[in-house]
Amino acid sequence: MSEFWLHPALILLLGAALLPVVPARLKKAYLLVVPALAFARVLGLQDGTFGEVRFLEWTLVFGRVDGLSSVFGYIMALTCAIATLYGLHVKEDAQHAAAWTYAAGSLGAIFAGDFLTLFLFWEIMAFSSVFLVWFRRRPESLAAGFRYLLVHTAGGLCLLAGIILHCKSGGHGWAFTAFDVHHPTPAAWLVMIGFILNAAVPPLHAWLPDAYAEGTFNGSVFLSAFTTKTAVYALCRGFAGMEILVPLGVIMALYGVVYAVLENDCRRLLAYHIISQVGYMVAGVGIGTQMAINGACAHAFAHILYKGLLFMGCGAVLHMTGQSKFTELGGLYKKMPWAFLFTLIGGLSISAFPLFSGFVSKSMIVAASFEEHNLWAGFLLMLASVGTFLHTGLKVPYFIWFGKNNCKPETWERAAEPPWNMNAAMAVASALCIFIGCYTPYLYAMLPHPVDYHPYTAYHVSETLQILLFTAVGFFLLVKKLEPEPTISLDTDWLYRIGGRLFLWLAKKPVQASDAAVGEAYRTAGLQPLMAAARGIGRFDNIVIDGCVDGLAKVVAGIGARARAIQRGPMQETLALTFGAAAAIIIVFLIVSRAIAQ
Amino acid sequence: MRLLRVIQFLRDHLRAVVRLSLVALALLVLLDAVPAIVDKGHAHTAAEHIPGFWALFGFVGCVILIIASKWFGHLGIMRPEDYYDE
Repeated sequence: MSEFWLHPALILLLGAALLPVVPARLKKAYLLVVPALAFARVLGLQDGTFGEVRFLEWTLVFGRVDGLSSVFGYIMALTCAIATLYGLHVKEDAQHAAAWTYAAGSLGAIFAGDFLTLFLFWEIMAFSSVFLVWFRRRPESLAAGFRYLLVHTAGGLCLLAGIILHCKSGGHGWAFTAFDVHHPTPAAWLVMIGFILNAAVPPLHAWLPDAYAEGTFNGSVFLSAFTTKTAVYALCRGFAGMEILVPLGVIMALYGVVYAVLENDCRRLLAYHIISQVGYMVAGVGIGTQMAINGACAHAFAHILYKGLLFMGCGAVLHMTGQSKFTELGGLYKKMPWAFLFTLIGGLSISAFPLFSGFVSKSMIVAASFEEHNLWAGFLLMLASVGTFLHTGLKVPYFIWFGKNNCKPETWERAAEPPWNMNAAMAVASALCIFIGCYTPYLYAMLPHPVDYHPYTAYHVSETLQILLFTAVGFFLLVKKLEPEPTISLDTDWLYRIGGRLFLWLAKKPVQASDAAVGEAYRTAGLQPLMAAARGIGRFDNIVIDGCVDGLAKVVAGIGARARAIQRGPMQETLALTFGAAAAIIIVFLIVSRAIAQ
Repeated sequence: MRLLRVIQFLRDHLRAVVRLSLVALALLVLLDAVPAIVDKGHAHTAAEHIPGFWALFGFVGCVILIIASKWFGHLGIMRPEDYYDE
């Protein structure tokens, strides 16, 4: 047992627990101070292993601080502060408490040094984040939340099974260290499936667009940051160099882009782009060189900020107009110009424009894949960046703030600039996106491995500008084809949404029918013979048993009547007679027993 | 509302903005062809040495993505919004 070590997650958990007793006039200050304290605590962490707790036969390690966990802890705590500022005006305490618990789960998983602690915080994340979906209080949100929870419970069980198998076999102990990626055991596969479900790798990804598009306007900002990037951290820690992650990551990057073309809901489009962007990180983990792991970490860091910013921009539109579909929006630049500017900055950052954050992070992964002579991966990731700019940089801003005005009169009436705190949060995130893009040492110094990479070469800038600007040419030429359509897109959640219904139908029809048939068979083949037998036994009881008992009673009554004649009345006489008879019997007994003894 | 005025100004002069952008695009490809400015020593494939290769890549990639995705969507992936309603 080491001495007390203040876990940054503990600050958030205590803060969430005390939230209901904070007086209303101090609430806003409190909401700003608690995440700031957690962030300050993360900044003050020293490298090393802390917070070791003996529990039954295990040693739980709550604080493993090293290069990898520090960079993720830093960005998670920072995002928690920005996203809380964004939702500062939300009156419901429970929403803030759920969000902080969720962030605490992420920080706890990142600093966990053993598998049990990791699993504990992993599940805290799943069970607290679902409330950020439910609090939107639409029937669709309730259903999406339940689906989200079921999928994550299944993933969690898979992870737990893998952990137990891994730790109980081969003498690995419970420490969370890198797996042998060249000879993965079945246990390693199970753990990896648990991780990549949270990273939303197809086909285990459909929970993400399903739930994130249904979250509250500020809840989705938290959702966009924590679950998938905590999974990227876990993959970096456990599976760096696992080759299958390269094709999986490339598929992810393109999959998200294709679905984003089809999507009509702006927040679901952004959710598909999370899948696409996390694909770069997963591919980076799969390449596994120091440069690629640095790239995955840097991209996770930059991604959390610009994706949070994009969700804030679209969340502001949803909060102010009540709409998130392109077919219900358009032309809003007159009403919400600042939200447009901030979303555009997010869009330019995710598209990796020079001077914006994505430029200095994404290119590390692509360069690492070219350096490993993984040319097809490099080119396909380049193609995915074309799609990224096409949707997030062009389609989202164009169809919400420009394009055809599809707003209903009441939507147009409601639309206005969001409250000051939402704009402030977006301004902070925008400033950070630009700062990271312009001043590379800020991010590069935090990465787990030494960085020898310079994004601002003439060739790289020229290459990026050509790709992006000519994508814009393609967009404006084909803008008619991209007109939003009021549809939803089927994804792998179809399997369990329709499959769930099939299960219900099976339960209602065949299972219920067979249950009824068994009941009927039991009634005719079991119950009726049983009742006939019971009737027979009843008759036997009536005639034979009752006859015997009655006869016996009659005999006893007859003897009693005869004996009554001996009793003449006086008590003393009867007693004397009785005792006399008893004495006579005892004397006879004694004489006889003595005679026998002799 | 100065930001709104800037956006409005750009929209009012859309023709000029488009023309300027086209000039910028042309310049970009021209500069890419000058080895003194854009050093392609670190390029990994021969194709990258073609001037404007990435411009073509961006444009063709964008067109392919839009057309292929829409084709895929209309195969039966895109459904009415009440598809999952009971």
